[in-house]
Amino acid sequence: MTGVLISAKTRREPPVVEMAGVQKWFGAFHVLQDVDLSVRRGERIVICGPSGSGKSTLIRCINRLEEHQEGQILVDGVELGRDLKQVDAIRRLTGMVFQHFNLFPHLTVLENCVLAPIWVAGLSRHEATERALHYLERVRIPDQAQKYPGQLSGGQQQRVAIARSLCMSPRIMLFDEPTSALDPEMVREVLDTMIALAGDGMTMLVVTHEMGFARQVADRVIFMDGGRIVESNPPDAFFSAPRHERTRRFLQQILH
Amino acid sequence: MTTMLSTLDDQSAPRPKRRSRLATWARLLLGTPLNAGLTALFAAILLWFVPGLVRWAISDAVFSPLYPEACRAATGACWGFVAAKSGQILFGIYPPDERWRPFLVCVVILALLAASVWPRLWSRRLLLAWAAALVLVIALMLGGVFGLAAVPTSSWGGLPVTLILTVVAIGIAFPLSIGLALARRSRMPAVRLLSTVAIETIRGLPLLSLLFVASIMLPLFLPDYLLPDKFVRALVALTIFAAAYLAEVVRGGLQAIPKGQTEAAEALGLSYWQRQRLIILPQALRIVIPALANTIIVMIKNTSLVLVVGLFDLISSGKAALADPDWPSPAAETFLFIGAIYFALAFGFARFADFLERRAKVSH
Repeated sequence: MTGVLISAKTRREPPVVEMAGVQKWFGAFHVLQDVDLSVRRGERIVICGPSGSGKSTLIRCINRLEEHQEGQILVDGVELGRDLKQVDAIRRLTGMVFQHFNLFPHLTVLENCVLAPIWVAGLSRHEATERALHYLERVRIPDQAQKYPGQLSGGQQQRVAIARSLCMSPRIMLFDEPTSALDPEMVREVLDTMIALAGDGMTMLVVTHEMGFARQVADRVIFMDGGRIVESNPPDAFFSAPRHERTRRFLQQILH
Repeated sequence: MTTMLSTLDDQSAPRPKRRSRLATWARLLLGTPLNAGLTALFAAILLWFVPGLVRWAISDAVFSPLYPEACRAATGACWGFVAAKSGQILFGIYPPDERWRPFLVCVVILALLAASVWPRLWSRRLLLAWAAALVLVIALMLGGVFGLAAVPTSSWGGLPVTLILTVVAIGIAFPLSIGLALARRSRMPAVRLLSTVAIETIRGLPLLSLLFVASIMLPLFLPDYLLPDKFVRALVALTIFAAAYLAEVVRGGLQAIPKGQTEAAEALGLSYWQRQRLIILPQALRIVIPALANTIIVMIKNTSLVLVVGLFDLISSGKAALADPDWPSPAAETFLFIGAIYFALAFGFARFADFLERRAKVSH
């Protein structure tokens, strides 16, 4: 039955992420209601919406930090189910950046970056270090490699978190409100890093309220409310002619 | 404007002169009427107490181990007894001609403990050294190999018993406690239930009753050929008791680690065991160093309770030594001596824990 839910699209490439009829409850609270979403390779999607609308839960279902109860989620053709092997495989394809960075405070910046490449991807320490320094360079903090996360500013920590994810060479990057916990003057440096990443063709799903970023980078902006995808459009159409009343009100509130 | 001025003032004002050490002390001790009163009170207590102590412990004390009569006549401490009986107190009823064996055992264990304090030496090799030392210790104590006379555990006693019980019980209990703590937070209900029942049962029982069960009740249920040695039974009781307490300390640390740490590790694809070993436990254990040290120090002293099941630890061998009719029975001196040994072990460990704590802070 679930196979029918996946719409057979006639694109050259199959979608990287395919969600069909996804339902999720937290106890009695219905956080995701019949969510369908298809993400093409290289597509940049910004997801916005009021708090509690299910936007974080949506992207956390993609790497199985949350378990969906009904419907189907395919990542790079692999279905997320109870099979732990497939969960591991999918986590290897996806990188995630969190609101509160979640760097490992007992490890240096470099150790944070080489940990998963060594233990999960099986790289040698030498290879992993080379790769880590490459990505730390890309996020413009190679000189902080020997410091501990607690010695860095919030913006620097978030850029390290991005580098840490990139070290696993993910196909998809998930961003869960990456700038919400930052001091205003540090938001820019993180957004710039993300824009550079988008320029390299990375597939990105970004939960954020940074509408400037959405305008500049997104292929599609999704508005969620009450666990549903209310509206999904390219940024031009999304901002200039929102179709739904609820979207209009939300935009008025955050775009004053 | 005013703040401006005051900062300027602060910069131009000369630094306050540092008080001499004497002046600082005088101010601390006599600065206020309350401080002066307290100083006088404590001075009076010291004056009243210290001279008597010095007289008893030093000037009127007998130090020679050769003359029990001198001790009987003296009004001071009888350190001569401790000196004369130190072999018996330290090694219990172990055959006197073979005392070099438990002595060597103590040297080996203490040397390895001292080596284990240096982070530089923490390696697989140190673990191997401990394993080899354990085999050596058992061979030396038990005998029956390499032409050493066999000495059953019932004849062991004193410091080696205390050291072996402490090191082995805590050495096994600590990893066990980590397993128990992780199990109690497992997502699998059966694992969680088993661990919870085990921990709560053991914590709910007094150590004394556990020791009695291990040494008196077990022989009633088990046939002789299945029954481990009495020493081993007491060791098992001490180990599971320590493990249950340590498990709860470790669990406290696990709970203090934010959920985001697990999520970040999961998102990177680390497996459950990798997450625990590389991310969660290193942070959790650092947080609970003071509480772990506290529990371990209690456990060091708990080993003395094995005397109730007829094992001769330091305290029992001290008591046995006091029974010699040729000497007066200077119990205070003997127990001060034994207390000093326990203090050295416990305080040494406390300093080590303090060092670990400071070391953990530096790397944050």
